[in-house]
Amino acid sequence: MKNNTVQHDCIIVGGGPAGMAAALEAAAQGVKDILLLERDQYLGGILNQCIHTGFGLHQFQADLTGPEFSARYIQRLHETPQIRVSLQTFVVRLTPDKILTCIKPGRMLTLAAKALILCTGCRERTREMIPIPGTRPAGVFPAGLAQKLINMEGLLPGKEVVVIGSGDIGLIMARRFSLEGARVRAVIEILPQSRGLARNVVQCLEDFDIPLYLQHRVACLYGRQRVEKVKVVRVDDSLRDLPGTAFFLPCDTVLVSVGLIPENELIEMAGVPLDPRTNTPVSPGINQTSFPGLFVSGNAFRIYDLVDSVVRDSACAGRQAAEYLRGLGT
Amino acid sequence: MKKTYDVIIIGGGVVGTSIARELSRFTLSVALLEKEAELAFGVSKSNSGIIHPGTQNPPFSLKGRLCVEGNRLMRTWARELGVHFVEVGECILIFEEKERAALLQIKADAESLGVPGLRLVDRAWLRDHEPNVNPEALAALYAPSAGIISPYRLVYDLAENAVRNGAEIFLEQKVVSLRKENNLFWVGTESGESFQSRFLINAAGLFADEVARLAGIHDITIRPRKGEEYLLDKKRENLTRHLLFPLPTKTSKGILVIKTADGNPMVGPTARPTDDKEDLATTDQGLQEVLAAVQKMVPSIRREDIIAYFAGLRPVAGDDFILRHEHGVPGMIQAAGMQSPGLTAAPAVARCVCSLLAKNGLALRRKWFFHRHRKAARHLFTLPLGQAGKLIRRHPPYGDIVCRCEMVSAQEVRDAVHRGARTLDGIKFRTRAQAGRCHGGFCTTRIMKILAAELNLPPEKISKRGPGSEIVMADRDTGVFEAKDQHEE
Ligand SMILES: Cc1cc2nc3c(=O)[nH]c(=O)nc-3n(C[C@H](O)[C@H](O)[C@H](O)COP(=O)(O)OP(=O)(O)OC[C@H]3O[C@@H](n4cnc5c(N)ncnc54)[C@H](O)[C@@H]3O)c2cc1C
Ligand SMILES: Cc1cc2nc3c(=O)[nH]c(=O)nc-3n(C[C@H](O)[C@H](O)[C@H](O)COP(=O)(O)OP(=O)(O)OC[C@H]3O[C@@H](n4cnc5c(N)ncnc54)[C@H](O)[C@@H]3O)c2cc1C
Repeated sequence: MKNNTVQHDCIIVGGGPAGMAAALEAAAQGVKDILLLERDQYLGGILNQCIHTGFGLHQFQADLTGPEFSARYIQRLHETPQIRVSLQTFVVRLTPDKILTCIKPGRMLTLAAKALILCTGCRERTREMIPIPGTRPAGVFPAGLAQKLINMEGLLPGKEVVVIGSGDIGLIMARRFSLEGARVRAVIEILPQSRGLARNVVQCLEDFDIPLYLQHRVACLYGRQRVEKVKVVRVDDSLRDLPGTAFFLPCDTVLVSVGLIPENELIEMAGVPLDPRTNTPVSPGINQTSFPGLFVSGNAFRIYDLVDSVVRDSACAGRQAAEYLRGLGT
Repeated sequence: MKKTYDVIIIGGGVVGTSIARELSRFTLSVALLEKEAELAFGVSKSNSGIIHPGTQNPPFSLKGRLCVEGNRLMRTWARELGVHFVEVGECILIFEEKERAALLQIKADAESLGVPGLRLVDRAWLRDHEPNVNPEALAALYAPSAGIISPYRLVYDLAENAVRNGAEIFLEQKVVSLRKENNLFWVGTESGESFQSRFLINAAGLFADEVARLAGIHDITIRPRKGEEYLLDKKRENLTRHLLFPLPTKTSKGILVIKTADGNPMVGPTARPTDDKEDLATTDQGLQEVLAAVQKMVPSIRREDIIAYFAGLRPVAGDDFILRHEHGVPGMIQAAGMQSPGLTAAPAVARCVCSLLAKNGLALRRKWFFHRHRKAARHLFTLPLGQAGKLIRRHPPYGDIVCRCEMVSAQEVRDAVHRGARTLDGIKFRTRAQAGRCHGGFCTTRIMKILAAELNLPPEKISKRGPGSEIVMADRDTGVFEAKDQHEE
């Protein structure tokens, strides 16, 4: 090991709900030296942009917004002296023996972890991955980006909206745009049923009279500078286009909400085998990887619908890390 | 009194900027007018990025000759400008014995143009050197001098170097009128400005026919030929070692397996005529066609490998380039119909334009000092870790990562703005921020803030690629946005 490498008992990468829950549980299990690394300027991860309610129903028996939910965890982190938090710290490299390279403004550091928990969350699938043909104008957003623009930056992306995909983020954003005075023309879903929670279909679409087109797909995007319309086609049970069913929806904004992909590029770099279909670690058990002492939790381990389940399972990762350290005799 | 330029160039693609750079060696005043918000937003941003060796051109064609010379010159130019050029080599594959004659003909034609190092290789060579190639490939023509470059970065770097040497560049200046009076060209633009010059160069790409018409020249017609290209995940970087070509057809070099300067492999392009010069849509049909063609060469390519795609239009005016002095309009030079290999040929085209100018009365005197070198921009992702660490220690904002997929820092984005970026696409082409897996899902807001702060613009003025492609609407309280990522004021 290089002499300027600092070692910690337990390092957690990612300060979203998963990372915070894992850190707190590791501390509760007696781990003394925990370092939580977060790339952003604040903790909370995706929760910061989820200003709607529906968080914490299981965990706190309360109906909280994303920031309220994460505030409870941040509070507890501050009350736990075994946990140190390092913000604006971006982990860029991981080796098989759990050496991390991090970048922060003004510094590059090397850290070594006895136990390591990766809680790096997920990214959105994009239009390019489907792939939807047509032009590549402005106005086509991953739904989560639109959520961030509205909720965190106070900016409205557009006024005539078509949502591709009926996952929860898509549904929630359909409602959000309606509340902002935009017209949501349709949510287009290729499957015979919505991918989102039943409560979101009711609260986000039905209550706002937004049509949900099941078994339809967006077949093409149009518009030179800004998106102008989309072509929608009905599909059969084997997802083939039904001839003669195409129609056009004019719009200035398209939100793409077609699934999430776990962010596991770090463990991939370290050589942990990933399932190419899901981009998650090939795992002998929950939160585990094929490398001893290297754990993954939250949306990086598998895509969760509910943040309450994320924190429950991430606590389990904290426990496993503590057990692993006990096994090492730390 | 308005300034009179010696030369005005219409069009800021690779051809126009190459000419600007070449002319900036001489004691001339040069202006380049571009209609888009940034340079390289025309054909030069959407192509295969190949510096062709000159293997697929008719033996006595102008484009063939300029391609071979361009390939040779590009090495020096890339070195001087600090643009990443890699000589990867290409293989033109055949699958049947009866194709061998055609392959030998290509070799003979290319040799007559002076293409160096050509050699036929057999199945065993392919197995050793291109393990992912379809084992049914029988043989290939190997051309070692084929290279790859980032086409838009080349344009930006050419322009920057030209400006360093005194050339002037005007953006969002669409030329809409041309008049010749008292031996001077009067060039009017859509924004109402007018420019004057003694010589005029038409390098307007797809619109070169329209510009020619403004000067009363009616024998140039550009017929766009669309090419769809599909980029693959960087994880497939080592898919092939060389560029892979099929036998060329009459109208194109065929659908290829390409390596790009950024590491992602790319497959394409298609070749389909269209009559709309702004039709940049990709199609299901194009995707099928590309996949079928490249899977024949490399069976392991999958649809799931695709992470991005685009279409470009080749500005085709007949079979060859049009490069000539317009005797009916003395002082006007056409650099039109720059279909493939126009990117490769650009430095040679620029030289040719200089000699046409000289022949027709422009005195070319070398400057006593020409800044041939350009200080390359810093890119964290290209540095070894140790050097990146040093850079971050010296300049802390290089450690403030904005784009996590491609590891681009806030300072690189600012550097790009200082070097001329004004739009999200301009930032993407220069830095790669937003060009990775998440396509800007994470970093777009941060980049918008940096652009807004550096250019002192409200957020609703930030666009993807110029007016009309703004990202957000104007009529909203923008208090939250402006509160952050602000400059010290
Ligand atoms: C756009 C979007 C909207 C969502 N909306 C909802 C919703 O409304 N309700 C709901 O229940 N669930 C929602 N989800 C799912 C939500 O992500 C999870 O419920 C929960 O937030 C996941 O927690 P996490 O900690 O695993 O991931 P995240 O909250 O994404 O946290 C991951 C953290 O890791 C950090 N990180 C990543 N890589 C690195 C690195 N290399 N170095 C340092 N730090 C790093 C990130 O900055 C981030 O803070 C949404 C997800 C997305 C993507
Ligand atoms: C799919 C595809 C793949 C290709 N692959 C390769 C390759 O691998 N290798 C290779 O060598 N070549 C390749 N080419 C060809 C190459 O891209 C072109 O030859 C080259 O980019 C042409 O450059 P240009 O400067 O002439 O045109 P452009 O880049 O289009 O520049 C012309 C500029 O003029 C501006 N303009 C137009 N009208 C006006 C006006 N009235 N006023 C002001 N400005 C105006 C436009 O906005 C534009 O920026 C490919 C082309 C395509 C389409």
